[in-house]
Amino acid sequence: MLWYITQSKVYRMHRYIFRRLLLLIPVMLGVSFLVFTIMFFTPGDPAKILLGERAPEAEVQALRTQMGLDDPFFVQYGRFIFNALRGDLGRSLTTRRPAALELFARFPATMQLAAMGVLVAVLIGIPIGIVSATRQYSVFDGASMVLALIGVSMPNFWQGIMMVLLFSIVLRWFPSSGYGTFAHLIMPSLTIGTSSAATITRMTRSSMLEVVRQDYIRTARAKGLSERVVITRHALKNALIPIVTVIGLQFGYLLGGAVLTETIFSWPGVGRLMVDAIRQRDYPVVQGGVLMLALTFSVVNLLVDVLYAYIDPRIKAQYK
Amino acid sequence: MNDVLLDIRDLRVTYTTEEGLVVAVDDLNLQLRRGETLGLVGETGAGKTTTALSIMQLVPSPPGRIETGEIFFDGEDLRRKRLEDIRNVRGNRISMIFQDPMTSLNPVLTVGFQIEEAIMLHQRLSQRQAGRKARDMLKLVGIPEGRAGDYPHEFSGGMRQRVGIAMALSCNPELLIADEPTTALDVTIQAQVLELMRRLRSEFGTSMLLITHDLGVVAEACDSVAIMYAGAAVETADTERLFTNPRHPYTRGLFGSIPSLDEDVPRLSPIKGIMPDPTELPTGCRFHPRCPAATGICAERTPVMVAVEEGHEVDCMIYEGLVPEARIGEKED
Amino acid sequence: MRTGSDNVVIAEIDEKQEGLDDTEAGLTSAVPAVTGSRPKRRRTQWAEVWRRLRRNWMAMFGLAIILVIVFTAIFADIIAPYDYREQNLLRVADPPSREHLLGTDDLGRDILSRIIHGARVSLQVGFVAVSISLIVGGTLGALAGYYGGHLDNVVMRFMDVLLAIPSILLAIAIVSAFGGGLGNVMIAVGIATIPVYARIVKASVISIKEQEFIEAARAIGATDLRIILKHILPNSMAPIIVQGTLGVAIAILSAAGLSFIGLGIEPPTPEWGAMLSSGRHLIRRAPHVATFPGIAIMITIFALNLLGDGLRDALDPRLKQ
Repeated sequence: MLWYITQSKVYRMHRYIFRRLLLLIPVMLGVSFLVFTIMFFTPGDPAKILLGERAPEAEVQALRTQMGLDDPFFVQYGRFIFNALRGDLGRSLTTRRPAALELFARFPATMQLAAMGVLVAVLIGIPIGIVSATRQYSVFDGASMVLALIGVSMPNFWQGIMMVLLFSIVLRWFPSSGYGTFAHLIMPSLTIGTSSAATITRMTRSSMLEVVRQDYIRTARAKGLSERVVITRHALKNALIPIVTVIGLQFGYLLGGAVLTETIFSWPGVGRLMVDAIRQRDYPVVQGGVLMLALTFSVVNLLVDVLYAYIDPRIKAQYK
Repeated sequence: MNDVLLDIRDLRVTYTTEEGLVVAVDDLNLQLRRGETLGLVGETGAGKTTTALSIMQLVPSPPGRIETGEIFFDGEDLRRKRLEDIRNVRGNRISMIFQDPMTSLNPVLTVGFQIEEAIMLHQRLSQRQAGRKARDMLKLVGIPEGRAGDYPHEFSGGMRQRVGIAMALSCNPELLIADEPTTALDVTIQAQVLELMRRLRSEFGTSMLLITHDLGVVAEACDSVAIMYAGAAVETADTERLFTNPRHPYTRGLFGSIPSLDEDVPRLSPIKGIMPDPTELPTGCRFHPRCPAATGICAERTPVMVAVEEGHEVDCMIYEGLVPEARIGEKED
Repeated sequence: MRTGSDNVVIAEIDEKQEGLDDTEAGLTSAVPAVTGSRPKRRRTQWAEVWRRLRRNWMAMFGLAIILVIVFTAIFADIIAPYDYREQNLLRVADPPSREHLLGTDDLGRDILSRIIHGARVSLQVGFVAVSISLIVGGTLGALAGYYGGHLDNVVMRFMDVLLAIPSILLAIAIVSAFGGGLGNVMIAVGIATIPVYARIVKASVISIKEQEFIEAARAIGATDLRIILKHILPNSMAPIIVQGTLGVAIAILSAAGLSFIGLGIEPPTPEWGAMLSSGRHLIRRAPHVATFPGIAIMITIFALNLLGDGLRDALDPRLKQ
């Protein structure tokens, strides 16, 4: 379209992104502090977990000293941050491998699932929302709104199980669990994306309804533009502004939902790794996992904000 | 060639609301001659904007509905046209300037594009040519063409209204509807914008329907005037006659509420009461609850438009000889 | 007849408001000019909201379902056909039958009875978690909005930190550290949604605090606390009520999710998410064990969403089409 972006605008955008990245640092420090604090006060002695319940007390104490577990809280936190910045999140208490490696190995699977979930949500939610809004109070609108409401009300872990029941056990269309092929991806993506699709449908509809009431839509119609052009060119772009924010937030919801969905479908992602780690009190992995997902969420939100600025010239102007 | 460009007959437009049926326009009759500027004057809620939207066939529906009447534009009833044909008229042969320039432009599209769009649609020009024309239009309304790539939020209210004017005139329309084009602007800007419109109108030879509640604007810009009250025209005349010899008690009331520098009036006499609730319009003459001349018959019988002189029509029973004029006469003395 | 009963409901609400106003009037006798005129406006406003809500049949349908669930939860002991703890190892995972309308679970317990008792747990979790969130978040938001400056900065940066962690993940972290159980689940779920309420309350405080009646209250010497509690909070009720209703739904879902992965409320407490989880392994042989608790969750959330949507429309008439 007619967006000519001059050199200076690109430069402005870069500065904006750079500033947002800088702002990310205190937030991530805060997140790490919060997570570290929670884990610090977790009952259970990591040294004992490593050595087993029956290890002699002296050996446990020696390991505690070696791991620095007897140091004051802030010393330990400082060491944790220092190590984390070098990519060292400690060692898994169960596999003894670096937690960061364990997590990174699982990260692509989770991203794949979350990205597919967002894709499902956007591809279903935005078109249905637009059609619903343009045909407000029609049968289509009524039906899709009820379905959307059911979509947000359905617990995704239950939906996952029901899909396994229907599509794997009864119909035998898709494998009930596992990872690797496209067929494996379908049910987990639908499970994780349904609620977001429903949310985005509702959001798109209300946003469109709000926008088509605006004066500039009347202006567009007064020019003689066809309804299709009015909707796609004039209404949609304005309506997308709040929707984009919602998509970003939904991504965070999906990362959280991945923990449940991955459990159901035995999906080898970060979420499932964390659930297993929690059961085994493998706190470095839990800690690292939360940090990793929070960082991912923050970066995605940053990207969304940048996208936002591209859609809405008023925001772009703000960051001159 | 027909002398009358726009001829509205017995137009009735209603809105369905929670409080009941609102009759926004009721039995409106209006004529606009080619080349002339007609001022449509009335208080907020008199149905002026609804009239404008009816001409554009843009009354939001639901809740709005044009119930009856004809809107002849250049001899053709716009209400009978197919939607595609209406679109071909909108922005091309009839265009509109809206009241609030802050909200009437699309915030995410450049002003240049918003002008260009109509040109491309109606004049079958390439994007390049249309862009050229859009920049010319901007220049014409006093905006440097280099600003075509800017977004509406980068302009002031007055500048935005200039953009609106450029947009409306870009396809050289036969009729320009200006819905309170200066109301939302500062007083000094108002005068500039008004002057610009007058200049361009004569340059382009466009006929204009100027909607306003400001009699000062009418005196400055209009050839003839229609006074609207509660959905209907109550008095129509050319501007000079109306200003020198207003006949309808409502029109007289409007003039009575304007401070004048020339005359020394002891006090302003505003019209008593308020506009009637549009869901419960009074019976008989709409204006009778507020009318100083009202008698019993005014609540019962609906008045008929009477020509009091050539080209001066009044919707009041005084001029049908059914109500004595004395009482307002007395008041004026 | 119908209108008659409707009027009674309105009258009750009015009376409640009246009671509230009385205490307010007693406390504020020194400032009659400000508080004297406001309560009346507020009362009619709530009556108006109720009138609008009543006309929205979807919302009323949601409200009716919620009332039924609340009723079920309160009288669970009387309504439930069996003791929810009673195991019958001879009838493990029986499909629905006349004796067990929704069948039995992996330990031969009556699923219907467990769902009925589960309503108690879920509602409790939902309401308590939202209350925690609302009290902590609302207070922080009110302080940040009212005082601004450094306090605002500190509070909102803390909220940014909480927001950076997807809420279910934060709840998981907290529960994994401090253990499951009803209390911890409530706290964990509550903490995770604090920023939502902080933001809402802060936004309304900022929009209201510069208005004239606040100036007036300040001019006659009302303390900050009084101004926040008596003038500002009542005015931010609309978004809080809507968010609170939807928040209960989210809290119930989150708690069920925690229990599902074995981090939440522990057996033998009949929690819907945990029941669902225990049915997972029986999905091939006895799908009803996992199906019914899920339906219970869905109906509850559905009803809360209906009511929340209706409340939003009723409280903000601008949004009505």
